[in-house]
This record gives sequence, C-alpha cells and structure tokens, in this order.
Amino acid sequence: MKDDRSYWLDRSENVTMLYRGLWLIGVALVALDLFVSRHESIDAASVTGFYAGYGFFACVILVLVAKQLRRVLMRPEDYYER
Amino acid sequence: MSADFPVALILILGALAVPLLRGSVRAVYLLLLPVAAFAWLLAAPHGAFGQVQLLGQTLVLMRVDRLSLLFGYVFLIATLLSVIYALHVKDTMQQVASLVYAGCAIGAVFAGDLITLFIYWELTAVSSVLLIWASRSNSASRAGTRYLVVQLLSGMFLLAGGLLHWRATGSLAFGPIGIDSLGGALMLIGIGVKCAFPLLHNWLQDAYPEATPTGTVVLSAFTTKLGIYALARAYPGTEMLIWIGTLMAAFPIFYAVIENDLRRVLAYSMNNQLGFMVVGVGIGTELAINGAVAHAFADILFKALLFMSMGAVLLRTGTVKGSELGGLYKSMPWTTGFCIVGAASISAFPLFSGFVTKSMIMSAAADGGLLTTWLVLLFASAGVFHHAGIKIPYFAFFSHDAGIRCNEAPRNMLAAMAVAAALCIGIGVYPGALYAILPYATSYEPYTTGHVVTQLQLLVFSALAFAVLMRTGIYPPELRSVNLDSDWFYRVAAPASARLCSRAIAALQHAGGSLVDGLTRRIIERAQHERKPQGWLVRSRPTGSMTLWVMIMLLGYLVLYYSS
Repeated sequence: MKDDRSYWLDRSENVTMLYRGLWLIGVALVALDLFVSRHESIDAASVTGFYAGYGFFACVILVLVAKQLRRVLMRPEDYYER
Repeated sequence: MSADFPVALILILGALAVPLLRGSVRAVYLLLLPVAAFAWLLAAPHGAFGQVQLLGQTLVLMRVDRLSLLFGYVFLIATLLSVIYALHVKDTMQQVASLVYAGCAIGAVFAGDLITLFIYWELTAVSSVLLIWASRSNSASRAGTRYLVVQLLSGMFLLAGGLLHWRATGSLAFGPIGIDSLGGALMLIGIGVKCAFPLLHNWLQDAYPEATPTGTVVLSAFTTKLGIYALARAYPGTEMLIWIGTLMAAFPIFYAVIENDLRRVLAYSMNNQLGFMVVGVGIGTELAINGAVAHAFADILFKALLFMSMGAVLLRTGTVKGSELGGLYKSMPWTTGFCIVGAASISAFPLFSGFVTKSMIMSAAADGGLLTTWLVLLFASAGVFHHAGIKIPYFAFFSHDAGIRCNEAPRNMLAAMAVAAALCIGIGVYPGALYAILPYATSYEPYTTGHVVTQLQLLVFSALAFAVLMRTGIYPPELRSVNLDSDWFYRVAAPASARLCSRAIAALQHAGGSLVDGLTRRIIERAQHERKPQGWLVRSRPTGSMTLWVMIMLLGYLVLYYSS
C-alpha cells in the first residue's frame, strides 16, 4: 500500500512542541499542588511536588538499571533454539 | 429456575455443539453462550447449590456469594469479548478450547470444595494449552508443553495440600485456609504458580507470547485471575503475601523495559499488576480485599484490550517486535486509539479504570503504615506507565516510521476493542457500579482533588522522564534479543547438568568396566596359564621341599614360644 500523505507528527517541530507542552503541564501540576490541601497517611508524600519528583527519578533509575541489566541478561534471539 | 445447575456447564457443554454448526449460525451461537451464562448468573440467588455426595463428602458445585459472583461476571464479559474478537478465526479447535477453558475457570470460581476446585483447576490447564499449540509452530509446541507441565504441577501442589488439609481438619470446604499447616503451605505454592509468584512466574512470559493472536487474549483473562480469586478466598490477610506482592510489582518492570517482543512486555506488566493484587490480599483489610478484586476486574478488561491491540498488529504485520514496528498509527488509527485507552487504564489515568481500582490498594498500604511497600508500589505505578502505558503504544504505533503499510484490523476485532475500551472508561468515569458489587460495602472516594493532582504529577513526570531519555538517546533501543529469566534454569541449566551427569556416569561406567574387564581377563589368563604343564597349580613338588617348609615352621614356632 502506498501512502504519500504527510502527517502532523512527521514534522519534528511539532513533536518538540508537544514535548514543551508536556513540561508546561508538569510545571502547572506542581504549582497546583501548592493550593491543594492533601491528606496523606505517609508523611513524605505531603511534600509539594513529591509525586512529580518521585515519578521522574523512579523512571530514570528504572531505565538506567534496566540498561545495565542487558549486559547480564541479553542473549541472541535464537538463544534457546540452538 | 434451579440454581443447582453449574453455570460453567453452559459454556463447557455448549462448546461441544460448536463443531456441528456452520457459518453465521455458529457465530451467533458462540455469542449467545456467554450471554446466556451471564443471564443465569444475574438470576442466581446467594448460597451453596449443586451439592453432590461423593465418598461420604459433600461437593459444592455452585457456591454463590459476592466474591465468586464478581469473578463470574468479569470472566463472562471476557469470554464474550474474546468471542467477538475471534469471530474471523475459522479454527474449530480454538473456538471449542476457548469456551471450555473459560467454562472451567468459571467452574473453579464457583467451586465450594477442594475436589471440585482441583478438577476445574487441572481442566483449565489442559484446555488452555490448546490455544498455545494452535499457533502450530515448533517453538509454540515446546512452549506449550512447558506451560502444561508447570500448570499441572500447580494442580498437584493444590491436590497434595488439599488432601493434607482434609486429613488435618476433616473438611473439604474451600474457605480461609492460611499457611500455618503443611497442607495450607503446599496449596499456597500451587495457587502461587497460577498467580505467577516470583520464580514461579516465568511460564507466563514464556507461553503467552507464543499463543495465537486471539488465543493470548483468552489466556490473559483467566488463569492468573483464577489464582488471585483463590488467594483472596483462602489466604486473606497473610502477611507474607505483602512481601511477595511487593517484589512481584517491582522486578518485572525492569524486564519490561528491555524486552523487545511487545506481547512479552505485556506479560511482564501482567506480573506487575498481579503484584498489586497480591499485596491487597496480603494486607487483608476490607479496603485492601476490595481493591485487590476490583483491580483484578479492571485488569482483565484493560489487559485484554492491550493484548487485543497487539494481536491486531500481529495479525496485520506478522510481528509484534518493537525493533521492527513503528508508525503504525497511519495504517491502524482505530487500533492505536483503543490501545491508548488500554494504556491509560493500566497506567491509572484519572477517568480510566485503573485509577479507581489500584488506588484502593495504595490507600490500604498507606493506611496500614506499610512505608516500604507503598514506596515500591508507587515506583511500580510510575514504571507501569513507563513500560506499558508509553512503551507499548510508542514503539508499535509511533516511534520512527518503519514503513509498514497495512489494513486496519478486521471489524470484529475493532468491535471487541471498542467494547473493552468503553468498559475501561465506564469504570473510570462511574466507579460506583463496580464498587457496588465488591465483596465489602465501601465508601471509598477515588476522585479527590489531591488524588487527581498527585496521580497526574506522577504520570506526567514519568512521561517526561521517558521523553528526556528518548531525546538524549539514553533510552535503550529495541534490539532483537531474548533476556534470561528464571526459565533459564529449566531450559538451559537443568538439561545441561543432566547431560553432564549422564556423560560422567557413562565415563565412569566405561572406566570401571574396562578396569573390571581387565582384571577378570588377567585372572582367567593366569589361571589358564597355571593349569598348563609346568604351571604352578599342576606342578609336582619334591618331598624334600615340604620337609624344609615344616622345619621352618617349627623353628618359627620355637622362636615365638621362647620370646614370649
């Protein structure tokens, strides 16, 4: 099937715009946190922006650790077939 | 209407007629079976029905209460979805196997005693393996066999534990059991296999990606959730489960990040979601048990939806490997949209099903002061968005355009995905309907401003982490590969050590054999030699030599006598 249409997401400046928009939303959510009174059973969680920081660093650590795990765990695709 | 008739038989016996029907009649019949069974359940009164006397024991085929009903409902919804999704498949074996498998899972859910449970438990294993073998490839055949062995072993543990429990208590009833007795511990291992406890988990990642595109959808709904049901029934409040579940929620996400086969990524994320449910059962409070079973309900739907979207990709492109896909949103926009709904649901976005179910477990953990568990579950929540919420749609449908242009999924597949997506959103928007059928009455309120804001923070910043890592090139690329997991022990280490042992034994036999052979031969040769003329045995000796030896003996005697 031939597809010569151009798509909005094919343009890298649009992707960059989405990326910046996501940062804006993130910053807005942390700012919103200042005005919301939360009732947390866990003390640490009541710090402003706790969830934002935790989510960001959890994912960075997750990916960095997983990347190192590849050195130990990764095998060729036909590993079990040989 | 008699409540004594086991609802499972509507599907199991109904499946037997499938081969007799053709064309659209068969399609309508397949659709009607789960609908009829659902209607049957709606009309069923609470209580213990279908009681059968066997060997002095009372078997209960239909134990109807809030817990079994909830799983019965969702199993039947999943059955209907999978029937719609597979309507284009012209494989009678798969159609029959799916219905029998679903029926057996439902039978197990309504089983009020251990014998009935065991029988249905093993039947789910035998009927479901056909969906893996239906791929009709060598690797599927081997994976199916491994799956079957593991599943049947799970049943053996259940049987052994159940019999010990019966001898200890004199009761076959399937209720709260606990791990204080050997029987209870053995049963927990059997149930743990189905729940995919750590180190007992790998049958899931091994077998599910090998099944047919439609088969995996069926498989994803029943076996593991049957495990969760049994756990909630027999081991509520068992503290050990909190730690097992915490571990389960965390470790699979590392694998999911580096896994290339997107259906295997989903299998890992399944493990991670089961971890949340196991924690909920382990905490055992009303809120936690409600959370565990509600999350099982939601998970069946969004996981089915995700597997359906990947099945559609597999059907149209012939692969679900992240390294080969990308840009499919251009060819399959509807599938992309449904996949994103599933991804949003599993990631617990507000207004989607995961948000209103998973948060009950998180709240129960926080209320119980379980700080470590809560932090790990929060990590797992961020991680699940990362690998299932973003990775699955991103690498399949967006990412770099792999140049694949194909047709959109068949209409029946789209219809099944649409219904599943509608249910995921429906539960998220109107959680009251699901909360009303939970085992315990609840006043839990998921939509507080604080909860929505914090959850959105967690998700948006997880997405930002993904975007930053992608744009900086740190994110590991999808590579054609397999990653070692616990199945390595039985697929590589065990056969290798068996080969080593048998080689060592053969060498020993050989060495020992030649040693014994050589010795025997030499003795025989020597004996033959000594029997010949001039041989030592047949030689005649002079009398004088004998007198000499007698003298020597006497002398020796004298010396000994006087020296003492």
